[in-house]
Amino acid sequence: MSDQPTRKTFLVLSRQAPYGGYKAQQSLDIALASAVFEQDVIFVFLGDGVFQILSNQKPGAINAKPMGGALETLQLYGVEEVYVDQSSLDARHLTQSDLVVDAQALDNDKLVELINGADCVFNL
Amino acid sequence: MIFTLVVHSAPYSSEAPASAFRFAKAALAGGHSIYRLFFFGVGVHNANRLTVVAQDDVNWQTQWDALIAEHNLDSVVCVSSAIKRGVLNESESTRHELDAVSLADNTQIAGLGQLVDAALQSDKVINFG
Repeated sequence: MSDQPTRKTFLVLSRQAPYGGYKAQQSLDIALASAVFEQDVIFVFLGDGVFQILSNQKPGAINAKPMGGALETLQLYGVEEVYVDQSSLDARHLTQSDLVVDAQALDNDKLVELINGADCVFNL
Repeated sequence: MIFTLVVHSAPYSSEAPASAFRFAKAALAGGHSIYRLFFFGVGVHNANRLTVVAQDDVNWQTQWDALIAEHNLDSVVCVSSAIKRGVLNESESTRHELDAVSLADNTQIAGLGQLVDAALQSDKVINFG
């Protein structure tokens, strides 16, 4: 097994809104764990996933932990490539100024490039 | 080819674990190998041995455990997903002073590091659910 790579590119596509389901948190957990184990991690907020990084979330009212803050930890863990899909924002009448995380805007061509370039894609 | 399968959904709520099961059988029958089965989130319910189903229904938990035993597969539930859903092995049950063990016999409890390791060692990681 000595020829096995020790570093791969992990692409996490996070497509679920926070709180209503559990996959938003799981996609974050996968990204953070991969970063801790020194993998190259790319994180994309796609579809309803863009709701995860809206600012001014107050989920304490439903006994949930805020996700917007947790996502800032992506950068603390060394995940520097964080993208938000522009067409997903447009479709939901959102702009970058509504978001808590400073994410790079992404178009479809770039998304295809990221998927083709990744060793491992987690589509949640 | 070396596969790792990640199962994100629970039996009886989603068809995805059954698809994963059939994929595993087909891959093994086709001469491929499975480096690891990783049960994540509600997927940990696939490794709960304290389940009873109607006679005309499939007991997916038993099916998984038998497949894992037959092929000596490496099978893991995510620890943080599992213990909050009542899927516990002997040591977790003792540690948390509970009175039952519910984890299937041939599956281990481990952390997300095992998923990262599996991704490094496998040609393909396939997510179900």
